[in-house]
Amino acid sequence: MISLAEAYFFLCAFVAVVGSLTVVASRGPIRSAMGLFLVIVAVAGLFLPLHAQFLAAIQFIVYAGAVVVLLLFIIMMLGPDAIPASDRRGLFARVLGASVFIISGTFALALSNHALSALHSSFPQPKMEASFGGIDSFGMILFTDDVVPLELSAALLLVAVVGVLAVAQGHVNGSGKVLADLRATARRAALRADEARGRST
Amino acid sequence: MISVEHYVALSSILFMIGGLGFLVRRNVLVALMSIEVMLNACNLAFVAFNRARISPVSASAYGGASHAGQIFAFFVIAVEAAEVAVGLAIVLAFYRLCSTVRSDDANHLKN
Repeated sequence: MISLAEAYFFLCAFVAVVGSLTVVASRGPIRSAMGLFLVIVAVAGLFLPLHAQFLAAIQFIVYAGAVVVLLLFIIMMLGPDAIPASDRRGLFARVLGASVFIISGTFALALSNHALSALHSSFPQPKMEASFGGIDSFGMILFTDDVVPLELSAALLLVAVVGVLAVAQGHVNGSGKVLADLRATARRAALRADEARGRST
Repeated sequence: MISVEHYVALSSILFMIGGLGFLVRRNVLVALMSIEVMLNACNLAFVAFNRARISPVSASAYGGASHAGQIFAFFVIAVEAAEVAVGLAIVLAFYRLCSTVRSDDANHLKN
């Protein structure tokens, strides 16, 4: 007989794994974005039994509300070009790299679970205040102990905004020739690739 | 009884799936989403370890390291938002340049 907590964990874990497999395996990027949404919701659900209510809310607002919407926005903007035609160039290298990654990851998983089970690390049950992981304790820490990282992350976000504006604008005054050269190079490379593909088939 | 091993196992499985997607897929958008799956897995591990390492003393106190893992996950989320914004801007610039989002067409520095 499994308890309610276990059922909840395994439900969320199942949703997260299914979502991540959707991200990786589906052909269209919109389905991938929906899979990412599933992962985000499931992870936010898993934060709740870990006494991280504020993080669960942030997860919803920032990831599901901003990041997924931004991704969908870009995918819609690119339209059908967001699904490039598939070809099998470099398949061996990709599969080799992925399998090496998976094998080493499986070993790391087995090792870490072995090491962790030696710790008898089921969760301790201290008398926790209800506010642990809530917005009040978070705010207290963010504005006392961790105020420097908080300000640094604010600066990072500002720099990211400026960088996004500069990059997405397309061209800056004076670098128009550079961009034209790059375009010509890209066109030539695409032509060469097409020729090579035509020869190989 | 759900223990920290369950969370770490789930987190590493999610991380592996994300890494697999990053290595195998060549759609830049899907690669970005795989990175996000990996970061979510990291956050899950951080929060689970934070929950596992609470001592009765520090759980009642605000300050100190009682929330260290959760604070770290918070900053990971902040950095990740910036990363997605910049990454999508680069994808957009790349698309304007090459009219494609395949990562192996980004070879202008080759030769």
